[in-house]
Amino acid sequence: MADLFTPDAAPVDPANWTCPAPLRDQPVVVLGHGGGGALSAELVEQVFAPAYGNATLAALTDSAVLHLGGARLAFSTDSYVVRPLFFPGGSLGDLAVNGTVNDLAMSGARPAFLSTAFILEEGVELAVVDRVARALGAAAEAAGVTVATGDTKVVESGHGDGVYVTTAGVGLVPEGVDIRPQRARPGDAVIVSGPIGLHGVAVLSVREGLEFGVGITSDTAPLADLVAAMLAVTRDIHVLRDPTRGGLGASLNEIARASGTGVLLRERALPVPEEVANACGFLGLDPLYVANEGRLVAFVPPQHAEAVLAAMRAHPQGAGATLIGECVADHPGMVVVATGLGGTRVLDLPLGEQLPRIC
Amino acid sequence: MCLAVPGKVVSIDHRADPLTGLIDFGGVRKQACLEYLPDVRVGEYVIVHVGFALQRLDEQSARASLELFGQLGLLEEEFGDAWEQAERQESGSEVR
Amino acid sequence: MKYIDEFNDPELARRLLDEIRATATRPWALMEVCGGQTHSIIRHGIDQLLPEQVELIHGPGCPVCVTPLDVIDKALAIAARPDVIFCSFGDMLRVPGTDRDLFRVKGEGGDVRVVYSPLDALDLARKHPGRQVVFFAIGFETTAPANAMAVHQARRLGVDNFSLLVSHVRVPPAIEAIMTAPACRVQGFLAAGHVCSVMGTAEYPDLAEKHRVPVVVTGFEPLDILEGIRRAVHQLERGEHRVENAYTRAVRDQGNPAAVRMIEEVFEVTDRNWRGIGRIPASGWRLTDAFRAYDAEHRFDVTGIRTEEPAVCRAGEVLQGLIKPTECGAFGTSCTPRTPLGATMVSSEGACAAYYLYRRMNAPAAQGSRIPQEEMNPVG
Repeated sequence: MADLFTPDAAPVDPANWTCPAPLRDQPVVVLGHGGGGALSAELVEQVFAPAYGNATLAALTDSAVLHLGGARLAFSTDSYVVRPLFFPGGSLGDLAVNGTVNDLAMSGARPAFLSTAFILEEGVELAVVDRVARALGAAAEAAGVTVATGDTKVVESGHGDGVYVTTAGVGLVPEGVDIRPQRARPGDAVIVSGPIGLHGVAVLSVREGLEFGVGITSDTAPLADLVAAMLAVTRDIHVLRDPTRGGLGASLNEIARASGTGVLLRERALPVPEEVANACGFLGLDPLYVANEGRLVAFVPPQHAEAVLAAMRAHPQGAGATLIGECVADHPGMVVVATGLGGTRVLDLPLGEQLPRIC
Repeated sequence: MCLAVPGKVVSIDHRADPLTGLIDFGGVRKQACLEYLPDVRVGEYVIVHVGFALQRLDEQSARASLELFGQLGLLEEEFGDAWEQAERQESGSEVR
Repeated sequence: MKYIDEFNDPELARRLLDEIRATATRPWALMEVCGGQTHSIIRHGIDQLLPEQVELIHGPGCPVCVTPLDVIDKALAIAARPDVIFCSFGDMLRVPGTDRDLFRVKGEGGDVRVVYSPLDALDLARKHPGRQVVFFAIGFETTAPANAMAVHQARRLGVDNFSLLVSHVRVPPAIEAIMTAPACRVQGFLAAGHVCSVMGTAEYPDLAEKHRVPVVVTGFEPLDILEGIRRAVHQLERGEHRVENAYTRAVRDQGNPAAVRMIEEVFEVTDRNWRGIGRIPASGWRLTDAFRAYDAEHRFDVTGIRTEEPAVCRAGEVLQGLIKPTECGAFGTSCTPRTPLGATMVSSEGACAAYYLYRRMNAPAAQGSRIPQEEMNPVG
């Protein structure tokens, strides 16, 4: 196997990009299977669901909500393989906590406990592991969760990419809260909690030798506190999703498909920071498909939209909250963007993560 | 084809081989080869494609185009035939 | 971004649209040559905003789309070699060859890397003197100066483990081929702005005169495209057929002489196959004899690879503007960006992919093609 992660950083490194349009019937795993798009969904549908599928798994939510001992427990797990390990605004340690904490929060849960599993490659400097671990500890403290259990494995040199971390988390879902993609209804306001595309562009900037002025750092942040502030306004929030891999475009498509509703976005309302827009323009990417690590998109009944938006804006993680569109009865299962010029376009589910469109 | 974007030359490394400069694309900066515009100066805008500055961006021409677009419609209301006006404006840009 | 945002202004776009509407008294069919323009048109919904008299036909100006199948197969064969680091622009990795794509080769152990610039590939060659570094040199005139510089530098610096797999194409012979096709409906061209930034406009007056078509050098932002359309329609309404430059901020009549000199030193004109169209005389560039030692086809002895294109795909007719993507029976059914039959469905600049991604909901009703029901609900 060729080393996909060679330290020759000058060329664009496709390590975490994937093929949006590979051939049918792949006999081997391609990077697109991990891209959070249609290929990832097919892997789940064709391999994992037949092997151990059940009603809980079939809900396809960011975290599963389980009935256990009279309580409703949110439960989620995620693996983190970001390269580089340290990037502007965060590190693998931050993502490993915030990613799992946010998956729990997207069910409305208060995250409580995490597990961590480190897979280390033989030869990695201990100082690097130490930096990742410290970042993870600080992020856990900031998110208000306790790392309750952990594990470590070491693989031979050449069989890993330095450090991989897997975390799992649990939290309690408050009474009366039922947040899942199937609950989107026509009329719902679609709100995003802040500027989009920052994480993906910050990571890309390191890989591609782009330099930025101020302002482009990863948005990685825990969102459970913001969700609690939103739920304090109303328990009747229909859908929450954190648009990570595949970006806002993937999350909105998943919601549209799960609920059988349409989503209409107003392009001019999208909070795309200028430098994100410019970096995307330069590389030929669409900011709607770029990953975020500290943003959520909410579907809120129209009568609560204004109050929820105000509560979000009063919270540090939601200061840039914006109404970007609405859930509609037309074009069920599809996301449509009203362009700035007055036309429309369909925002499809990405197949994998985007490739720079160079020529 | 040919995704090429305008950026402003921030600095030029005259010792680099090939000639290289740092280009600012609205807050995003990236090195580009300037070998095809050897007399380009810091502060000028260039069009960059796959890491190469291919042409200067003529700022005066950009402004003239925008002014022309801005006058469309208005000309008709105020001065009659917009086409006559527009053609006088753009006569310098014709190729043959 | 400066000089991009201003050319996206909706109010000015409205004025240009009003002007086009007031000017067009009859149906006109214009071809935008460049895939980047197609992308912009669909991305912003410009074709939905134009008066119905003005029809845009999407041309063959996507280098990813027109790179012939046998060149892709050659790339796959070279990339699979254990001694090779195969470098490419990102778009090419997912273009299907006969039985796989570059992503598959990579998944099976090939060392395939995406680079932003051909000079990045040259750097790789210098860092890995024990390996063969091959750059997939595709593109139109815009990309040729960059690829020419890479191989020129390689020879000058003695980087002998670097080579190019060349599949360069030229726009003017393609326009000539389109205009001489028996079923041609194109009445005017929006020429590719960035091609002309390099080459200038001298190649187009003869074409405009011979075929009596307006040729308007056009940029890529919405206002640029609308201005190109406005000028082309204006000429057509007056019975004129001149070359005009509607992208003066980036195009000089003489092009970039330094870049053209480099192209001419490194490349020579050759006949070339265009995927979906066929062989077009003098439509490509290959390395000159002086640079033959850097030609990957010879270095890796893949010149014998010959392959046929799948028969069901009508990409050729799409690329020639004879049909809209939605008029192909495979569009949206057996052929999607996920499962492309032809290259026009692969590249996001390809006409079929652009239609599928952005216009899927409107196109079927208008064209009556066979799109699965769940995909054809129109916007209310």
